[in-house]
Amino acid sequence: MKPFTNFTSRLVPLPINNVDTDQIIPARFLKTTSKLGLDRQLFNDWRYDAEGRPNPDFILNQPRAQGAQVLLAGDNFGCGSSREHAPWALTQFGFRAVISTSFADIFKQNSLKNSLLPIVVPPDVHEELFAAVAADPAAEVKIDLAQQTLTTPSGRSVEFPIDAFSRHCLLEGVDELGYILQRSPEIAAYEASHPAPIHT
Amino acid sequence: MPRTIIEKLWDSHVVHQQPGAPTLLFIDLHLVHEVTSPQAFDELRERGLPVRRPDLTIATADHSIPTTDRTLPIVDPIAAKQLAQLETNCADFGLRCLGVHSDRQGIVHVIGPELGLTQPGMTVTCGDSHTATHGAFGALAFGIGTSEVGHVLATQCLLQRPSKTFQVKVDGALKPGVSAKDIILALISKIGIGGGTGSVFEYTGSAIRALGMEERMTVCNMSIEGGARAGLVAPDHTTYQYLTGRPHAPQGAAWDAAIARWDQLPTDDGAVYDRSVSIDADALEPMITYGTNPGMGMPITSALPEPSAVADPMQRDSIAKALKYMGLEGGKPLLGHPVDVVFIGSCTNSRITDLRTAASLLKGRKVSPKVRVMVVPGSQEVKRQAIAEGLPEIFRAAGCDWREPGCSMCIAMNGDQLSPGQYSVSTSNRNFEGRQGKGGRTFLASPLTAAAAALTGVVTDVRTLL
Repeated sequence: MKPFTNFTSRLVPLPINNVDTDQIIPARFLKTTSKLGLDRQLFNDWRYDAEGRPNPDFILNQPRAQGAQVLLAGDNFGCGSSREHAPWALTQFGFRAVISTSFADIFKQNSLKNSLLPIVVPPDVHEELFAAVAADPAAEVKIDLAQQTLTTPSGRSVEFPIDAFSRHCLLEGVDELGYILQRSPEIAAYEASHPAPIHT
Repeated sequence: MPRTIIEKLWDSHVVHQQPGAPTLLFIDLHLVHEVTSPQAFDELRERGLPVRRPDLTIATADHSIPTTDRTLPIVDPIAAKQLAQLETNCADFGLRCLGVHSDRQGIVHVIGPELGLTQPGMTVTCGDSHTATHGAFGALAFGIGTSEVGHVLATQCLLQRPSKTFQVKVDGALKPGVSAKDIILALISKIGIGGGTGSVFEYTGSAIRALGMEERMTVCNMSIEGGARAGLVAPDHTTYQYLTGRPHAPQGAAWDAAIARWDQLPTDDGAVYDRSVSIDADALEPMITYGTNPGMGMPITSALPEPSAVADPMQRDSIAKALKYMGLEGGKPLLGHPVDVVFIGSCTNSRITDLRTAASLLKGRKVSPKVRVMVVPGSQEVKRQAIAEGLPEIFRAAGCDWREPGCSMCIAMNGDQLSPGQYSVSTSNRNFEGRQGKGGRTFLASPLTAAAAALTGVVTDVRTLL
């Protein structure tokens, strides 16, 4: 994993609550055996019409979304299916962070493993950000993971929560599997004292 | 200090705890399927890692598998490749695979329990959000992403942060026509689809105790639809009875030792939950969803919500957007609304009890000629049992389509899908936009309510047909 660095970006507003991972990437695209090539299918059924033409009303098809790295989402983003294809599709499109008041548990964990930063903000900051992009589509936020701060377009610095381990892994580019493998002696000790109740 | 079953399960699986880091938990059973595993096996190959515990791992094909005649070739080349890849991966890494042609194939959350692999006191993972199903046995069962599938394959461990404990107390007795599915739909409509985020549910109370194992699985299955990563029921005599004699259940002296262990699992008297809600089983009616997430549910006799009556603007927009997608008008009843397709199946409701229940209503009757009715058993074992009981004849005589096991129209990856604009009454777990096919519109309900809609061709209160 590449270390997560600070950046400044425009926001792509998606003011819809409870966006589920079936919307982020519909199930029919999960027949792939690869992680790659999913950016075109991000929000597929909102993004394209029945003939596959881009829907000009959908935010990702508008010029303002090009090059933007932050998705400003509604409450409880990423609920439903555990598909990691959701953060794969979001990062392949170019997103590096999603801002919401809350995230579904599995989506949040999947995102952290793919250098996609889930930023939880309180409702007043959430409203301020939506108001800022409504007033100026080019409004930018600054994200500093080491300081755990989000700087709003008005210049207000807001601290966001992230557990120390996830922050460390993102900043240093540590992959969790490598971390767990270092614990092999402890795993072996656990196995030795806990005989398996089954044999598949 | 008194502990909940959730805390006991957690404590007994801690491999390592480093300050400032999540807990490393040991996983007793890892279930694998074709959709969320290929990229994880690739990761192992790239790193030159074996599967640490093939003896605790089992795979099956369920999501993208066709539900048509298995002797025919698979028409969709992408699905065929994915299914073949699962078999290759299992062969390369030495895993048991209940693949396309196995006589034990089935939906991953149906076969674990029926093989006796899912047992009380275990931790269970699968790259599938409905893994909470296995919690019905008093197991801590999590849905995980593909990266975590790789972690469990390579290390048999998962990094986890402790969850809050959330008691869902269901007391009373269900009325005729009301079932386990209605309990869970009522819970989700009460707390909302994010209501259990960060929590593990423990379902307690006399109404839960009165449920059979398959009904408990239905309840636990949809924990994720309430936002909880896991949900469980403490084991009891019902659990032990179900497990007795299953292929992988302990036998003889090992069985007695297991019971002694499992008897220690239930929540201690005086243990404190972070949060509790109560549901009155006596007052429950058959439930149905009207919107585009499982929290948008109501008693089937209710009127649809009026967006204008909702104070919160984003919530109002959500309901208005959902009703628009569903082609419904606020304030109107849902009863009598025409239905195009009825789907009886999925990891929520495809077990033998579900099929028996649906068949009990359909027996000797004909489904509406306007409705396509699909009945999809959860596994080859469920199919065999159904055949032994004569259920396929009942379904076929009523005009239903009896199919091969798989996830089918719950996730609509395999060609079983709604056409744009069609309405289904479905026993599955998700009514998200396009979940059952692009533009398709889903009403989630119990097998009884689904069978009632099949007979009448419209959304129907099953109690009028009993």
